[in-house]
Amino acid sequence: MSKELIRLSDCVVKFDDETILDHLDLYINDKEFLTLLGPSGCGKTTTLRIIGGFLSPTSGDVFFDGQRINDLPPHKRQVNTVFQKYALFPHLNVFENVAFGLRIAKVNGAEVTRRVTEMLEIVNLKGFEKRPISSLSGGQQQRVAIARALVNRPKVLLLDEPLGALDMRLRKDMQAELKRIQQEMGITFIYVTHDQEEALAMSDTVVVMDGGRIQQIGTPEDIYNEPRNAFVADFIGESNIIDGVMRADGVVEIFSRRFQCLDGGFAPDEPVDVVIRPEDVDIVAEAEGQLKGTVTQVTFKGVHYDTIVDFYGFKWLIQTTDYCPVDSRIGIKIDPDGIHVMKKSAYSGMFGDYSSYSEEYDEIGDATVEPEEEDSGDEE
Amino acid sequence: MRNRSRRFAIPYVIWMALLVVAPIILMVIYAFTTAEGGFTLDNFASMGSYLDVFLRSFELAFLATVICLLVGYPVAYLMAKEGPRFQRLAMALIMLPMWMNFLLRTYAWMSILENNGLINQLLRALGILDLLGVEHLRLIRTQGAVVLGMVYNYLPFMILPIYSVIVKLDGSLLEAARDLGANSAGVFRKVIFPLSLPGILSGVTMVFVPSVSTFAISRLLGGGAQMMLGDLIEQQFLGGAYDPHLGAAISMVMMVIVVVCIAVMNHFGEGEEQAVML
Repeated sequence: MSKELIRLSDCVVKFDDETILDHLDLYINDKEFLTLLGPSGCGKTTTLRIIGGFLSPTSGDVFFDGQRINDLPPHKRQVNTVFQKYALFPHLNVFENVAFGLRIAKVNGAEVTRRVTEMLEIVNLKGFEKRPISSLSGGQQQRVAIARALVNRPKVLLLDEPLGALDMRLRKDMQAELKRIQQEMGITFIYVTHDQEEALAMSDTVVVMDGGRIQQIGTPEDIYNEPRNAFVADFIGESNIIDGVMRADGVVEIFSRRFQCLDGGFAPDEPVDVVIRPEDVDIVAEAEGQLKGTVTQVTFKGVHYDTIVDFYGFKWLIQTTDYCPVDSRIGIKIDPDGIHVMKKSAYSGMFGDYSSYSEEYDEIGDATVEPEEEDSGDEE
Repeated sequence: MRNRSRRFAIPYVIWMALLVVAPIILMVIYAFTTAEGGFTLDNFASMGSYLDVFLRSFELAFLATVICLLVGYPVAYLMAKEGPRFQRLAMALIMLPMWMNFLLRTYAWMSILENNGLINQLLRALGILDLLGVEHLRLIRTQGAVVLGMVYNYLPFMILPIYSVIVKLDGSLLEAARDLGANSAGVFRKVIFPLSLPGILSGVTMVFVPSVSTFAISRLLGGGAQMMLGDLIEQQFLGGAYDPHLGAAISMVMMVIVVVCIAVMNHFGEGEEQAVML
């Protein structure tokens, strides 16, 4: 099942003096749903374009099924792409858009009809064959784009922020649908997104990227529970990231208080970043708390309250179903498995402080913002 | 709001009525009347003797249009694929001759093509004429010269609309076609060409219509030997054969044929944006 299909080996991409990809190494298994996740400009779309054949790395090699494919043009690769803005052909109707690849491959007419019809059924667009593209909604165009790519039975489907232009509800539906299609077809999906929820919900493997480098590769659970550095911890979900010192295996000191944790393998007294997820904090009476702080802000979020608590000048985000009024004093308890210790990295100190809560939270928590253009230059 | 914006349209409506609709109405009235003012169809009946002029006009205009398309499309395509600096330069070079007077440009061609013109002088100096054993090559007063004049004068009208369509093509469409297995020829045939059809239709219209009705080019470069519809019509109004009623009838028939041609063409480009009707 998990045979290696694609390998990027030491890939570097530079435009002028700007480094877009910085010595990237990545392998992708057959039949895997892999997501490249990161903020705009992190190199995820560039990586996808290398695999699709639209871009050659400045240095480094690309392998497909063991063959080096650096110089293989896109039309000779067993890879199809769903483009960010769909890129459907406006002069062809739905049927002919989907049939495009088959017509090029000179598949005979009856076979074309059969496969296109079947594919339109899979994406729930039966009966839309004769419709012009301009008459379709965003979600329908999205489905045509997916059908057009999949009808060629590629080994790999590349998806470049395919749900970016859809509204929230449709996006959720399409997420489930894409996952279903991937399992039904049994092929590899490589999915690019900046939406961490989307990445966690759909992927077998998540590749978190920033600054042209891979920050972490792992299953969604790994990435969420065991982030490798402050960037990953902050980008995936909400995190309080606090300076700590590792006193011994299983003992970490924060704010001069020792906490039990499950991590080990650090040098004695090594300074570390400590990640505490907002939902892993229990609020208790002040007297019973391991740490004591003052509530500075409460926001009702439906399932829970976002509560900002000031501990010795450092503000934490705590998600709790208990309402604590502003200015009340509270204590907190953290279970050992709620504490995650990371080595210090270049990202230490840049993330995980909720002092400027409102701006940061809005920016990261809201998936509908930042419809980015990574492949700049082709504005209408 | 609506009434106000309507008021702004009034000058244009008057303009159109005065300078477009009224002349057409006048032309139709003239075409169906005699000099005494009575209704007649004689103007049309007597047109049969000019069949050769009709045929020649449409033939030469058609030829010029085809040549413009064959030359103009590659130019427009290559221009659109080049960098912005090249595009600006190429655009300037294409527009530059159009800043000169149309007649002046055509006179210039006369002095190039004449029996003692630039080309013949050059060939003579090189000894090629002696080699061929002729006094001069007959360049002017040929159909070729007329077609050359049309192509030269109207080529920019073919290049520009095609260029503006191609340059606006969404690059991701071309990537999508390549991604789906099309090589460069396939991308051109299945995506670029069909999507540039509206530009081609505009270009063809903008070259064909003035070509078919020209009289200056055929007079200067055809030297009266290649009479075209434009010359024929002009003669009816200004020339010795003064008969504005016949002239109007010829104009009307020509207009109907042109409109039918364009309508048929637009029908083939079904659904695409309408070509510019002049």
